[in-house]
Amino acid sequence: MALRLGDGVREAIRAHGVETYPNECCGALIGRDGVVTATLALANMTEEGPRRRFLVRPQDYREAERRASELGAELLGFYHSHPDHPARPSQYDLDHAWPFFSYVIVSVKAGVPEGMTSWRLREDRSAFDAEDLTYAQHHTDSHPAAPLH
Amino acid sequence: MPNTIQIPTPLRPFTDKKEAVEVNGATVGELLADLTKRYDGLRRHLYADDGRLRNFVNIYLNDEDIRYLQREQTPVKPGDTLSIVPSVAGGAPTVAEELPTLTQEEIKRYSRHLIMPELGVDMQRRLKASSVLCIGAGGLGSPAAMYLAAAGIGRMGIVDFDVVDYSNLQRQIIHTTNDVGVPKLESARNKIAAMNPHVEVVGYETALSSENALELFRDYDVILDGTDNFPTRYLVNDACVLTGKPNAYGSIFRFEGQASVFGTKEGPCYRCLYPEPPPPGLVPSCAEGGVLGVLPGIIGVIQATEAIKVILGIGEPLIGRFLIYDALKMRFRELKLRKDPDCPVCGTHPTVTTLIDYEQFCGIRPEPAAAQTGAAVNDWEITPVELKRRLDAGDDLFILDVREPNEYQINRIPGSTLIPLGELPRRYQELPKGKEIIAQCKMGGRSAKAQDFLKSVGITNVKNLRGGILEWIDKVDPSQPKY
Repeated sequence: MALRLGDGVREAIRAHGVETYPNECCGALIGRDGVVTATLALANMTEEGPRRRFLVRPQDYREAERRASELGAELLGFYHSHPDHPARPSQYDLDHAWPFFSYVIVSVKAGVPEGMTSWRLREDRSAFDAEDLTYAQHHTDSHPAAPLH
Repeated sequence: MPNTIQIPTPLRPFTDKKEAVEVNGATVGELLADLTKRYDGLRRHLYADDGRLRNFVNIYLNDEDIRYLQREQTPVKPGDTLSIVPSVAGGAPTVAEELPTLTQEEIKRYSRHLIMPELGVDMQRRLKASSVLCIGAGGLGSPAAMYLAAAGIGRMGIVDFDVVDYSNLQRQIIHTTNDVGVPKLESARNKIAAMNPHVEVVGYETALSSENALELFRDYDVILDGTDNFPTRYLVNDACVLTGKPNAYGSIFRFEGQASVFGTKEGPCYRCLYPEPPPPGLVPSCAEGGVLGVLPGIIGVIQATEAIKVILGIGEPLIGRFLIYDALKMRFRELKLRKDPDCPVCGTHPTVTTLIDYEQFCGIRPEPAAAQTGAAVNDWEITPVELKRRLDAGDDLFILDVREPNEYQINRIPGSTLIPLGELPRRYQELPKGKEIIAQCKMGGRSAKAQDFLKSVGITNVKNLRGGILEWIDKVDPSQPKY
């Protein structure tokens, strides 16, 4: 599987992770056919300590589905940040995962966004599989444009 | 008449992409059962292994969460709509997830910890993931290291370059009679390995110094100060503050002990309490003044207790509290300590930002290099070998022993006269006029003070025996016992 982040999506996720650091951010991924075209930043409603947890409540989930259908798109998954931890899913992520959704994780170290990964739950819930993450061709800090003459 | 269930996006692949499915039943539970009968793949995502709905699966009957109705027993009427609405949760790995696991053997070993409500498996795993650096494997370091190792600290560092001596055995319980002459590190390592093979022991056979302290401290969670001298104590304090490591502090003398936790962000450091060291020689060491053998057992174990509390974040550590223990009266007293905003190390505008020369800071003269050769190095002191030569040559010398009577009972230089340092001011007139005087004590500290005093009353033909009677025994008369 692969997930492609459209224009500005990667930047929006990274910026959200920086904004909420040292707490976790979370939001919805909206698009179609494996391409994320929009994000919806959501409030982290966890009561278990937002440095290590995030929670999207049912009301916000419904809002995300509503927004997706307004845009004529689908809900493709969710993103969240791992402050000062690598962009790998935790056991807690696995325990709470929904099938067929893409789970994008951005690592934010000391307030600076680092690696970004995307994961999908195996149908038997035994593990996550990494999915390829590709980006729209445009100027980003880690993919600078080719130099011109 | 069937009811409708709304299916959220991630579950639609199981329902042939349908957003809503028609099902039959009289209760919420029956409708869900009908749903999973039709679409079996849904079951494991909606229900946990114990058959209960997963906690991130929310079921709404019309607009009400069934948790606020009668849950799965909630009756449904014709036309009611059921919705499955996800909560989406996740997060970074918790501390507990990243901790090392315990083996079966470890679970047995630590079972008295594991059944305590304040500790338990995760706390024990936290101990296993933690590290403590003991500065010294002597009086305080011995019991502290043994109990910390027994308790399951994962990595114990020990800094010590000494060799086990008979005079250690009365209190340094990690060492035994068989270890006399063996490096303390080796002896401590063997005892810990025998007691708890799960503990990794890292030895540093070196003197802690301004050059190596910061690097050593960085690898540890807590530093346990078991030093017996002021330069190293200030060095440990400053290095703890500079590296942000808590300092489980203890010190002992005769019947009295002290303990505290210094160097935490919120609390004071040793310099907040004692900005300046005492003048050299004013505060006697245990080697000079003695110490009750069980005293370091109490204080060292208090330090170990505080190290464990700081690692686990439980209880009320001795931060900003200075504990004073009197073994004779069997009393504990506690002083409140405040962080000094003007502290040169941990204050708001620190002036000490790197490690300094602590020997110099404590006013201790560096040992002259020539001392090792046994030759006289200046005109105010004499080496034991030179003293022996002059005595053998028949020089008429007056040997003044300024130790205490109980020390004089243990060993003495033949022909010496005992006048304890404290009695010298009223007894110095007993000294013979005109004779050259050799002042002597155990190691040379008190006799240097005697020499200074005598000079102040006009008696100047005094030499200090370098290294005291201990060096005399080493170099001249090994037949006498050392203490």
